[in-house]
Amino acid sequence: MNTPLLSAKDLTVQFRTPKGPITAVNGIDLTLERGEVLGIIGESGSGKSVTMRALLRILPEAKTEIAGDLKLDGKDVLSLKGHDLAAYRGGDVSMVFQEPATALDPVFTIGTQISETVRRHRKVSRKDAQARALEMLELVRIPSPASRLGNYPHEMSGGMRQRAMIALALAAGPKLLLADEPTTALDATVQIQVILLLRELQREMGMATIFVTHDVGVAAEISDRIAVMYAGRIVETGTAAEVLKNPKHPYTQGLLSSTVQGAVPGTPIKAIPGMPPDLAQMPPGCAFAPRCPLATSACQAAVPDLRAQGGERRVACVRLEEIA
Amino acid sequence: MTDQGLTPPQTVPALSATSLNKTFTVRENGLGKPARYVHAVSDFSFDLPVGSTLGIVGESGCGKSTTARLLMHLVKPDSGQIRLSGEPVSRAKRDLKQFRRKVQMVFQDSSASLNPRLTIEQSITFAPMVHGVSLRAARETAWRLLDRVGLDPARFTGRYPHELSGGQRQRVNIARALALNPRVVIFDEAVSALDKSVEAQVLNLLNELKAEFGLSYIFISHDLNVVRYISDHVLVMYLGQVVEQGPVDQVYATPRHPYTRALLASMPSPDPEQRTMAAPITGDPPSPIDLPPGCRFAPRCAFAESICDTMPYELRHGETRVRCHMADPKLGHSKAEVIQ
Ligand SMILES: Nc1ncnc2c1ncn2[C@@H]1O[C@H](COP(=O)(O)OP(=O)(O)OP(=O)(O)O)[C@@H](O)[C@H]1O
Ligand SMILES: Nc1ncnc2c1ncn2[C@@H]1O[C@H](COP(=O)(O)OP(=O)(O)OP(=O)(O)O)[C@@H](O)[C@H]1O
Ligand SMILES: [Mg+2]
Ligand SMILES: [Mg+2]
Repeated sequence: MNTPLLSAKDLTVQFRTPKGPITAVNGIDLTLERGEVLGIIGESGSGKSVTMRALLRILPEAKTEIAGDLKLDGKDVLSLKGHDLAAYRGGDVSMVFQEPATALDPVFTIGTQISETVRRHRKVSRKDAQARALEMLELVRIPSPASRLGNYPHEMSGGMRQRAMIALALAAGPKLLLADEPTTALDATVQIQVILLLRELQREMGMATIFVTHDVGVAAEISDRIAVMYAGRIVETGTAAEVLKNPKHPYTQGLLSSTVQGAVPGTPIKAIPGMPPDLAQMPPGCAFAPRCPLATSACQAAVPDLRAQGGERRVACVRLEEIA
Repeated sequence: MTDQGLTPPQTVPALSATSLNKTFTVRENGLGKPARYVHAVSDFSFDLPVGSTLGIVGESGCGKSTTARLLMHLVKPDSGQIRLSGEPVSRAKRDLKQFRRKVQMVFQDSSASLNPRLTIEQSITFAPMVHGVSLRAARETAWRLLDRVGLDPARFTGRYPHELSGGQRQRVNIARALALNPRVVIFDEAVSALDKSVEAQVLNLLNELKAEFGLSYIFISHDLNVVRYISDHVLVMYLGQVVEQGPVDQVYATPRHPYTRALLASMPSPDPEQRTMAAPITGDPPSPIDLPPGCRFAPRCAFAESICDTMPYELRHGETRVRCHMADPKLGHSKAEVIQ
């Protein structure tokens, strides 16, 4: 039987804050096959980044409670400690961010950062690690890679820094790449280059990827499957075509129709009214009910389960059959 | 109507610019090195018809914000002229004060542009009171505008900027810009930092306010979808120059300039079954320092040939204007048919 590369069951992340505990990720299930790309979309504050940080185990331990079951390639991720945890982060799993400054160290050259990362995760000579660094810069198509190895991050353009960060993340050959809005700050012409590059590398290296974005177009360009998050929960998931071309959950429908892409100039955009709930004071039942045009009292009774809807799609809405 | 034979009244644009130029001098690391020049804005001209929205697009560093600051008279152009309702604007203090009443600006960073020590009400009433409006009248306006932008005045007037979300702060900035009853509002990446669903709410609000107050907008954004939605005309910038301008639906449907084509083809496809297969253009936009004398796009252009070593003018092409040697077959570019 083939087990998925990643499986998360009932993953929950709670922060202790002065105002009391808040649940930023609320019992989500994720599975990811080798070589697969999962896109996560949702409004600001829906828990996309916290999910990624939980998967990489980089949330501040003192203030965070992570519960549930998380396995990568058979490894029990939540129980990793010390040396094993260090090998996991950056070795099995690595991450690229919106802002390269988060990942790149300003006081070391790009070449040093990549070769040190390689040496931390693999037993290779300094010379082989340097060769690997050059190979990585070639792989992400940085022009004149040999001379760029000696550059500090501030000596590169935004698009080049983004590519250097991807090179750094891929240097140790991770099984899973976590990408948190890596193209959001880039210009359109550079953004599409980075998306195509990620798609190609991901295919060549057979690595699985989770890609967080709130740009539906970017999600469509890169994802095999999509998960839609709202207030810490997944409300709909399925193949990219299922979710983006024929959304079923009222929130996904609202999210997709509220984008300017599809809007007709001269007519108002169908914006979702109101704002997402305060995570410290979640409404009872479905968290989207207070903003949902189709909500009834049944929606407040209990948190709806994700239910299979044919194909790969699962949707968490109690009214699905009535409104379809 | 029997106005046959009468010439239609000349329509005066709300705001216009002719041949604006701005070069910044930079000296890398100081000492000894010769001065270098950033050609931030070159030979920049446009008209903004009354009641319309002009979108400005282009990549980071192409000169969009410098254009906005020139139009606001926050930086002095090296040459060129700006007209408000047809009248040239001088840099005399009185002229500028009048101008700043009629032309307002909203920036991207909603928190940096509100004074953290002023309440929302104080922020909105400040400028009108500088312009001699009474406290009472300024307050009345502030309450009316807050209500109009969807913030309950009773709840929000006494709050400070840090007590608001990004979308709420941007609504306050919009209310503040409208408090002086301007004719023109310039938005510089004003919705770029907002979440998509909040962005949609704010864009709807901007369109309502435009109709209600008879405003004209200049809307700067690197988001090509937003610009298509909100603009009547669009102006595409590359390295400090306008490479193409015209009615937004025409430019988006049949882009002429090779850069405009590459830019528009770079928009992600919303259909997962029709993904983009190849990047329309490679590399990053080059630096605007010490530019070559010819066409600024030539080094990255698939159609460049020897004539492109000279600077093209903006050429009329139906309702659009294109800065490309291919736009006029008479200029002798061998691929002129490419953009006809
Ligand atoms: N360390 C923390 N302590 C307390 N609350 C936190 C912490 N980190 C995140 N949160 C809260 O958790 C929620 C989810 O945040 P998260 O960053 O995952 O959102 P997101 O979906 O990535 O949003 P965006 O699109 O804006 O990046 C937010 O309400 C946020 O304020
Ligand atoms: N005061 C200044 N001194 C020197 N150079 C400047 C100055 N202001 C702007 N520039 C340069 O002029 C060019 C145009 O900058 P501008 O801010 O207008 O670009 P932009 O199109 O608004 O970019 P973005 O999309 O990143 O906001 C850039 O290369 C910038 O570095
Ligand atoms: Mg995030
Ligand atoms: Mg700018």
